[in-house]
Amino acid sequence: MSESKDFTIQNYLEFIQNKKLMGTRCKKCNELYIPVRKLCTKCNSADMEWVEMSGNGELAAFTSITVGTPYFIEKGYDRKKPYCFSVIKLDEGPMISGQLVGVDESKPDTIKIGIPVKVTFLETEIKGETKIDLGFMPK
Amino acid sequence: MAKLARKVALIGAGMSKFGRNFPLKRNPDMWVEAWLNAVGTVDNGIAPKDVDACYVGNYSSDLFNHQGHLGPQMANLVGLTPKPASRFEGACASSGIALRQAVIAIASGIHDVIAVSGVECMNELPTALVTDTLATASDALFEYPAGATFPGLYATIATAHFHKYGTTAEDLMHVGIKNHINGAENPYAQMQQSIKDMMASKKARYQEEGRDVPDWKDEFDFLKSSSNPMIAYPLRLFDCSLVTDGAACLFLAAEDVAKKFTDSPIWITGTGQGSAALSLHDRDSLTSFIATREASRQAYEMSGLKPRDIQIAEVHDCFTIAEILAMEDLGFYEKGKAAEAVRNGESKRDGVLPINTSGGLKSKGHPVGATGAAQAVEIFKQMRGIAERNRQVKIDVTRALTHNLGGSGGTCVVTIYEK
Repeated sequence: MSESKDFTIQNYLEFIQNKKLMGTRCKKCNELYIPVRKLCTKCNSADMEWVEMSGNGELAAFTSITVGTPYFIEKGYDRKKPYCFSVIKLDEGPMISGQLVGVDESKPDTIKIGIPVKVTFLETEIKGETKIDLGFMPK
Repeated sequence: MAKLARKVALIGAGMSKFGRNFPLKRNPDMWVEAWLNAVGTVDNGIAPKDVDACYVGNYSSDLFNHQGHLGPQMANLVGLTPKPASRFEGACASSGIALRQAVIAIASGIHDVIAVSGVECMNELPTALVTDTLATASDALFEYPAGATFPGLYATIATAHFHKYGTTAEDLMHVGIKNHINGAENPYAQMQQSIKDMMASKKARYQEEGRDVPDWKDEFDFLKSSSNPMIAYPLRLFDCSLVTDGAACLFLAAEDVAKKFTDSPIWITGTGQGSAALSLHDRDSLTSFIATREASRQAYEMSGLKPRDIQIAEVHDCFTIAEILAMEDLGFYEKGKAAEAVRNGESKRDGVLPINTSGGLKSKGHPVGATGAAQAVEIFKQMRGIAERNRQVKIDVTRALTHNLGGSGGTCVVTIYEK
């Protein structure tokens, strides 16, 4: 049962591999964290629980990257095909980083901060293995 | 914030030439060059026997040069072994931290004189790997898999700032143009050319090669052209600091021994350090660095000075947007108002608050671990009235500030100087 999983980064990442965006909530003061936290830094309680996030939010900030990381170059991005890194403010409150897709990366002027977005789980085949990364797209 | 238990003076400061020094010069070569340069600025001379410890700021020699353990390596080269020698790491704020720790150690009474070193040799790696190494100062677990590069993180901050305050890409260009004008007057800078100079030499080269000569009407025209490619929207090449090799050296002394070395000490009257979550998404604000606000709050309180008392500042312009944020977070301007001040020329050398007279990280260069110490070198020169060429400010500087930021704002050290 997912609820009993330890509050570790590995378990958080495994949830994403299973296309679930999970946060942790402090049972004492209700503070919500994503990515995972084992300790509530608001009230110092270590009594947490997993909660599934709606995956809905709005675009808080972004960039369109022409000179990418080795990982994204491996994914096929380059100067001619830039990608968007974004910070999303989730409807539940916390912010999270993810790739922004479904936008015109080569015309970043057309991308507007504040637009509603929803989570999407991006599959990449690298060396015969499927890896899933967190992404968001306009609703 | 308590005052320092013992006053601490900056009695000497120097640096190596910043630039693409590798492979002709590596960290040890540049450090000795900086040491000798700093020794030359101590009025009555200084020798290894006068120095009690060596504090080295370095970000990532492990990844850049496959070398760790720089403390004793650097100490030994200038005759300081077997005295205590340590390395401090806080990404691009590494030597700011080394400086602060040296101040604290002297104030505590443990040491009387400390040599602060900042060193970084980045060009041993190809550019793609430099970018990747720098990215380790951001959050490797949650930002990096989403595609974050270092310019990308500052670009993200920029889009948020543009959205909230109406700052524009052209405002950022003003920052770069100014810093290049200053860097052209700094013989230690990596790029000693104003953007106008660069345009002229580019035109001359095109002409020589028989190519179509571009007809940029001014710097902005050039900066909006394909000669200034986009790196991470809205940041272009000329919004980014340089990949640099370099070293800097500072000598700090306790009040009671400082007079042995000089009659004109620069007092360090305020030091502050702040921190923040590594990930941008984990912070309350995308348009302000809480680490800067905290570090400056401490430094102002310790010195008893207010932002308006500061006459010149070296701030951490790793990207042009970072200079705008620093001007606001240090309290020089209200949030959202720095861009206007930049447009009005207030931060120019002859403006009301000159910022980055050295050329900043943009033009002087940014050997990450050496940057914090190098900022203090510029302040030392400006306060002594010995800044080279035409970049000495016209006012007598009695109160100055340095702002050294680590990573995408996870660490900040602010230092206040008075004479």
